[in-house]
Amino acid sequence: MKFQQQLRNWGGSLVILCLLLYLTLGADSLEPLLRPLAPENAPAIYARNSFIDLVGWHLLLVLIAISTAAVIAILAALFVSRPAGADFLPLARSLANLGQTLPPVAVLALAVPAVGFGSWPTLIALFLYGLLPIFENTLAGLGSVPTTVKDAARGLGMSPLQRFWQVELPLALPLIITGIRLSVIISIGTATIGSTVAAKGLGEVIIAGILTDNLAFVLHGGLIVALMAMLLDGLFVKLERRFATA
Amino acid sequence: MLSVLRRVDRLGLTLSLASALALVLLPLVNLQPNRILPGQGVALSQLWQQNSFLIFLPLFLLALLSATFSRWLWPRLMISAAALLLLIIALGNSTTLLLEDQPPFARVSLGSGFWTLLLLLGLLMTDALIKLKMAPLPRLALVAIYLGAIFALLASGLWDQISLMLEYHNQERFWQQGGRHLVLVAGSILPALLIGVPLGIRCHRSPRVRAAILPVLSLLQTIPSLAMFGLLMIPLSLLATSFPLLSEFGIRGIGAAPALLALFLYSLLPIVSNTAAGFDGLDPAVLQAAKGMGMSRRQRLWQVELPLALPVMLSGLRIVLTMNIGLVAVAGLIGGGGYGTYIFQGLGQTATDLVLLGTLPTILLAFIAAMAIDTLIALTQRETR
Repeated sequence: MKFQQQLRNWGGSLVILCLLLYLTLGADSLEPLLRPLAPENAPAIYARNSFIDLVGWHLLLVLIAISTAAVIAILAALFVSRPAGADFLPLARSLANLGQTLPPVAVLALAVPAVGFGSWPTLIALFLYGLLPIFENTLAGLGSVPTTVKDAARGLGMSPLQRFWQVELPLALPLIITGIRLSVIISIGTATIGSTVAAKGLGEVIIAGILTDNLAFVLHGGLIVALMAMLLDGLFVKLERRFATA
Repeated sequence: MLSVLRRVDRLGLTLSLASALALVLLPLVNLQPNRILPGQGVALSQLWQQNSFLIFLPLFLLALLSATFSRWLWPRLMISAAALLLLIIALGNSTTLLLEDQPPFARVSLGSGFWTLLLLLGLLMTDALIKLKMAPLPRLALVAIYLGAIFALLASGLWDQISLMLEYHNQERFWQQGGRHLVLVAGSILPALLIGVPLGIRCHRSPRVRAAILPVLSLLQTIPSLAMFGLLMIPLSLLATSFPLLSEFGIRGIGAAPALLALFLYSLLPIVSNTAAGFDGLDPAVLQAAKGMGMSRRQRLWQVELPLALPVMLSGLRIVLTMNIGLVAVAGLIGGGGYGTYIFQGLGQTATDLVLLGTLPTILLAFIAAMAIDTLIALTQRETR
């Protein structure tokens, strides 16, 4: 019974994970399937880099950018929600709002003149763009902690640091995780476009496919990226639920 | 002394100090040997003795001073706005001088100092604008007038020697690309509205429909844009090769068709879920009253429910509009046209100013769209209150 329920919860993710593993590790065995989509005399499987490397790079970029962004965004949200940072709150809030109307491609393109081609502009764009959803959600999360709860914590004699770690942060956590999930999903997409500025990642398979009119590449790369995004989205949703009920 | 300190705006002070540092330390413009090669920075020390800089500098200092005190909101807004306009004029005037004894291919491009100042002054103005708490329409008008003034300066030919404007004059189809950008945005959103709004109302009325539709739409939303474009290219190009007639109508693997289809699919989730949320939030008492007044189902929908749900629905439209303006730029990669074309051409040629020529209008379009919808939301909220 319990097993069935677990299966229902994790079944979708497991199926996606298996597909993902097959598409990356078993890439060569897909050749006959993808052959009809490739032009004659052209390879049906992208071979300049191994798929496992590309997935690794792609995820590494997202991981580095978003973990840095999360730390800074959470600290910034904490700062503007304290009395010392009150002057910054209105601008910070509308910047986070306005900043999210900035297209990720624009951030990416603007980072190139600043730092040149390669993985750096992508990393910067992912980082900057990742800040906003996490900041906004952390602010919302901290704001949703009822004043009575905060007063009670103060009444118990907790120090400001204790109140933050033991009361405010745990209560705000589900919303913060939502913010991180949004940032991760946007980053996976932006990192894909990052291949146009020579970042290593799965985007290069899709772009190589578009440039050489090789639909086999496009399908293969597109499927892996899409499944990766879906898998991570699903896992984060589960994490949110876990913390929301705890 | 203490009371003066208390009136100091920490944010204004930080931004002022940063602006002053940027003006002194970073190059306002770069002198490039040609379109592609990086140039040498030209610092303030080489420019400040010109007449227009002699007007700009005092005004700039005044702007910084007004920014440090929290009470002076109007002066902060007006003086920083004037200072930025003067900076634009001063830079325009200085280019002729800088290019005087340079080879013909030399270019003056905007430097990191200018961009940083633009950002910081923009932040100062935004902050003042928020804290002034103006009514939505006058605020929109103020921003529109100011943007109009900047455009007028650019159109007057003042900046025609600056690399960005040279790039603009090279592109004959600049405004057509803008039109195409907007057509792609509208062409994906209108069908999404026509389908999404009724679907959202269905979701509100039936939990079963909601449980079936929303997860699918949010799954679509997680697919990265480039992957989505690519995955849609495949069926479309297979269709076009088996029915050549279709490609006459533009249904092809490359170009606008996959972009439009992808944007349409992306647009559905915000529209459907916000419509449903807007209807969920209606006050049952109001609906009862409307029923009691003898209004028909149709009348209730059009005269009561839709107007009341409108603000929440509009905030869905805001998400979709800004998102699609950015995504159309990505569609430039698969030959969809629009400003993305310049971005990717510029990246390919490592021509920074061509990249900017694609990026800046995209950003501006997204900002204007967001502000316009925000104004609409504020107006509809006030009406229904």
